[in-house]
Amino acid sequence: MQGIVADWSSDQRAFKNVPWGKAMMWIFLLSDTFIFSSFLISYMTVRMSATEPWPNPSEVFALTLFGEKIPLILIAIMTFILISSSGTMAMAVKFGYEKNRKMTFILLLITAAFGATFVGMQAFEWTKLIVEEGVRPWGNPMGAAQFGSSFFMITGFHGTHVSIGVIFLIIVAIKVLRGDLDHERPGFLTGRKGKYEIVEIMGLYWHFVDLVWVFIFAVFYLW
Amino acid sequence: MDYVAHDASDFARPAEVEEMELYHPKTFIGKYIWSQDAKVIAVQYAITAIGIGLVALVLSWLMRLQLAFPNSFSFIDPSNYLQFVTMHGMIMVIYLLTALFLGGFGNYLIPLMVGARDMVFPYVNMVSYWVYLTAVLLLVASFFVPGGPTGAGWTLYPPQAILQGTPGATWGIILMLVSLAFFIIGFTMGGLNYVVTVLQARTRGMTMMRLPLTVWGIFTATVLALLAFPALFVSAIMMMLDVTLGTSFFMPAIVSMGQQLDYTGGSPVLFQHLFWFFGHPEVYIVALPAFGIVSDLISVHARKNIFGYRMMVWAIVAIGGLSFIVWAHHMYVSGMNPYFGFFFATTTLIIAVPTALKVYNWVLTLWRGNIHLTVPMLFAIGFIFTFINGGLTGLFLGNVTVDVPLSDTMFVVAHFHMVMAIAPILVVFGAIYHWYPKITGRMLNDTLGKFHFWVTFVGSYAIYYPMHYLGFAGVPRRYYAIGGTNFIPESAQALNASITIAALIVGVVQVVFLYNLVWSYFKGKPSGSNPWSATTLEWQTADTPPKHGNFGETLPVVYRWAYDYSVPGAKEDFIPQNVPPRDVVLSSNKT
Repeated sequence: MQGIVADWSSDQRAFKNVPWGKAMMWIFLLSDTFIFSSFLISYMTVRMSATEPWPNPSEVFALTLFGEKIPLILIAIMTFILISSSGTMAMAVKFGYEKNRKMTFILLLITAAFGATFVGMQAFEWTKLIVEEGVRPWGNPMGAAQFGSSFFMITGFHGTHVSIGVIFLIIVAIKVLRGDLDHERPGFLTGRKGKYEIVEIMGLYWHFVDLVWVFIFAVFYLW
Repeated sequence: MDYVAHDASDFARPAEVEEMELYHPKTFIGKYIWSQDAKVIAVQYAITAIGIGLVALVLSWLMRLQLAFPNSFSFIDPSNYLQFVTMHGMIMVIYLLTALFLGGFGNYLIPLMVGARDMVFPYVNMVSYWVYLTAVLLLVASFFVPGGPTGAGWTLYPPQAILQGTPGATWGIILMLVSLAFFIIGFTMGGLNYVVTVLQARTRGMTMMRLPLTVWGIFTATVLALLAFPALFVSAIMMMLDVTLGTSFFMPAIVSMGQQLDYTGGSPVLFQHLFWFFGHPEVYIVALPAFGIVSDLISVHARKNIFGYRMMVWAIVAIGGLSFIVWAHHMYVSGMNPYFGFFFATTTLIIAVPTALKVYNWVLTLWRGNIHLTVPMLFAIGFIFTFINGGLTGLFLGNVTVDVPLSDTMFVVAHFHMVMAIAPILVVFGAIYHWYPKITGRMLNDTLGKFHFWVTFVGSYAIYYPMHYLGFAGVPRRYYAIGGTNFIPESAQALNASITIAALIVGVVQVVFLYNLVWSYFKGKPSGSNPWSATTLEWQTADTPPKHGNFGETLPVVYRWAYDYSVPGAKEDFIPQNVPPRDVVLSSNKT
């Protein structure tokens, strides 16, 4: 506590030893938190104000495997994959700071692959809902129209975040592989020197996207 | 030695971070068009914002002409009138004031005042401006699409915002929502820069409690904006889906023009909650930079330190925090649970405490100061008047029982124009007169400036003072024409006409200001580097106007707070922030 007061009342930097990019990412994520909170609170509100009954998510999101209907099985796998990708991301950050180029590269690629798999499974889930169940943004056969509206909007927005993350993971992975971060080569767009900090900054974003999914999972699928 | 210095010390800690890398462009385009220099970006922001603001000014004339002389203008039909109201409000609040205070003054003043070479991410900062310009162009485009811009009122309340029958329900509303989304994306890029620059890129010796209040105001407003704009962004997306895909987030089952629409079960009040969760902090996004700037103007031109600096800082932070829990005072008549009214009326009135504290401190700064009635000072004092005025009517509207009969009358229009239109715009003018010498190296013409001030200030009262009476008489806002209404006296029409004449005069006089800006750029008196004898770092630069990188070879080191004016024992009546105590020249008769 005293340390915080000392840092904030000192000159130059309020967060000591925090690079600019990392501070910026934290503040951006705070802002993004408000976006997702607004989405989720709006979803809860329309769910409560809807005049028709809300479809039961565990039935809608069930898959028939080996002749048995298993509720939420696809979502469970997706959640498992995304959380695993957070693990590989954290390891990539560790190896990055150890300047272990090869391991960082591999782990970043694995993370990107997990992310891409997640988005792929989401595409499968959307296709199934749209084609087989007849769910549309403006209505569905099971009940309240807001079910489809909220579902496509929230998972779509989250999926966009994951997709952007995958693209940047691949960019960072290539930079690591080429050794741009070791040689401090000026980077993509900004012309600033490349540093291993960007692996950690990428990681912050990725963990955030993962955390948001946990909330979506809890309030959309489990409620 | 009776030399007293508040918070000054010869000690400065060594630099923690290496010098910022800057990209120095060689071509004209790189320097002035695709520029990464915060000062150029600031001017780009300011010119764009003022340009679109002039459009909104003309829209307000058209509205006033219709109100004063109904049925005299064939080109204003009820739909046009609603479109003018909507676009006037939206442009003034978001595209002019927010962009000018944060994008304009924020970009120019933050790096200079905290002693940084530039914003921390110049490239992102540049993109921020171009996204903002795109948002403005999309907004302008809505004037040229079939059906014209949206006429839903600047609050864009559903269901009427997207129903056929509201002007611009086909294209206007879509362009409006897309433009807002672009604005928010662009702002976020800029806003992250402002916040990180203030937190992480201050110069040696510049602590948070030595920042000029201008920086505190802009910084806090930016934090508010980063947390409040998400709600607008989300509501824009949801309304967009309602318009284009036929979802029912905000749309209940509804019969429109004799037809049952496909909507069902949505919540219009949800939109109002989201909108005002953004909308109320937005008031302070506009007001806090004005508070900060006016504090500095008053202190500089009264040659006196700001009274209660720490209290001023905490008041800004407290107002910022409280502004997030008062939003539903805009919704007393919306049909939300009436019990909410108690809570939101209480929090609203609590905000009056830090706000009043600031007003007292401004007045106490003036008290027994060596007041120079320069043009910036006139505008600053004008701000105090209009702000107190608008603040007091806020007390009326903050109470549920008083608000209910007054809501949707001209009283509300008078209140919010006084408090968040006239008051901040007076500060904008004052700030331009104050910092124009630093931006161009020339002074603005003083006579034209004083003429501009008096007409604007007196004219504002001529416009808005009678409007309070109209509101008490029950004249509703947003009505195309009142017609033969029994409870409104006929004299209201005469009052409306006089308001319109005043508005036209005030509007035209702004041309004098624009002329002054252009004329002084070429012919103005050269200002030197510190024409107002101010202490803050932007006046201590090696060059005027400052070059890319701001401070020449070495960054300044800060040894004191920003308000060492008329320090007893010192020879000059100001001590710049970068003068160490050992170098202060003492007055000869005291040593």
